Amino acid sequence: MEILEVKDLVKRFGDNTVLDGVSFSVKKGDVKVIIGPSGTGKSTLLRCINMLNPPNEGKIFLEGVEITGKKVNIHKIRQKIGMVFQHFALFKHLTALDNVALGLLKVKKMDKKSAYEKAERELEKVGLLEHKNKYPAQLSGGQQQRVGIARALAMDPILMLFDEPTSALDPELIGDVLGVMQKLAKEGMTMIVVTHEMGFAKSVANEIIFMEKGHILEKGTPKDVFYNPQNERTRSFLSKISELYEEEE
Amino acid sequence: MVETLSFIWKNLPLLLKGAVVAVNITVLSILFGMFIAIFVAFFRIYGASWIKKVLYVYEWVFRGLPILVLLFIIYFGLPTIGINLNPFLSVVIGLGLRSSAYQAQIYRGAILSIGNEQMEAGLSLGLSKVQTMIFIILPQAIRISLPGFTNEFTIVLKDSPLAYAVGIAEILKYGRNIIVTSFRPFEIYLTCAIIYFILFHLFYYVFKLIARKFEVPGFLLSK
Repeated sequence: MEILEVKDLVKRFGDNTVLDGVSFSVKKGDVKVIIGPSGTGKSTLLRCINMLNPPNEGKIFLEGVEITGKKVNIHKIRQKIGMVFQHFALFKHLTALDNVALGLLKVKKMDKKSAYEKAERELEKVGLLEHKNKYPAQLSGGQQQRVGIARALAMDPILMLFDEPTSALDPELIGDVLGVMQKLAKEGMTMIVVTHEMGFAKSVANEIIFMEKGHILEKGTPKDVFYNPQNERTRSFLSKISELYEEEE
Repeated sequence: MVETLSFIWKNLPLLLKGAVVAVNITVLSILFGMFIAIFVAFFRIYGASWIKKVLYVYEWVFRGLPILVLLFIIYFGLPTIGINLNPFLSVVIGLGLRSSAYQAQIYRGAILSIGNEQMEAGLSLGLSKVQTMIFIILPQAIRISLPGFTNEFTIVLKDSPLAYAVGIAEILKYGRNIIVTSFRPFEIYLTCAIIYFILFHLFYYVFKLIARKFEVPGFLLSK
């Protein structure tokens, strides 16, 4: 069963066409990793999927229901789609625990006791229970991002979107965040991940999507895309990336 | 020395009566200004483009006028077109209008500095725009505005003696009345100055306490 289906998505900002006919589908348990140069619409694509940036053309179906239509209650839809941001986007005036509990209290309307119990469980899953009373400013980038993941997971989403979750982190903090994501994938969470972490892409993804200038140029298993890329652009992008990250092929 | 102190002590109640008026003017002007400023700030960010332009002109006009000119227009000018306001109301409206332009800038800057990602994060959890405003944007915007607001409050307090110009009995006006009969301007004006000074620091301290109460790591307000 398809969890997500994206059909012929077009997104324009003024004269600038950022997404130009993007289509793909995601099955339950899939981990799709989107790669490609900066400014090719990867983040915009994620923001279209939960309608933060509604697309100009095309359709999106979540569990078979069109969410791009006019009569959709988008707030209900967004509860089912967790989003993790490049710069964490934690609510800076709230503790780690309150960050996770907010959606449970105000969106799911849970009572205080069960909301905070659930929030604590989510923080425990990402290994941050002992930091629950700290504010974002008191946490490291890696810890903040793990709170961000816990906040999204607390809503029990059926799909998780990761927008370059490790790009703003110091190299030694990336591992913790990737570890949490790896665990999630193993537990069967359906995920779409925009990232430059090729190691993660190779080991966790079941499909790699290469995007450039608003188009999907190539998609396939990590093995196909990394070791036998069909498209010239994919090949040159991957060689640049592996140079950058000094990966031995 | 003793004689001077007892002279001041004797006249102090009258001056303090003026101080109450000064505080009333300040608080009401700030609240009136805040009421307008919240709308101005909000619609300068989220309003249609023609509303933004109108409000830009609004800020531009009220920040560009000397406060005394504004007070004279309201108190002496408006009656010509049939609008009669008593002196107290004229001052509150005049100081309030000008303050609204400055407060609007403080609040607008605060909201803008929070950034779009916080709004996106709220929406992505399933919160509505209004909920995100109330639970996420405003609590941060208020904290960020507090130092600027404290500053604006003390500026209005220190401009309140201009009420004297339209004949309101506040600290300076009572002081002047005492001087007319006693011929001791130095002692009286000095006492007036001390009263303003104490008021200023009293409010400054109160706002500092408020800031400390709402302070969280990442929002250091009372420093």
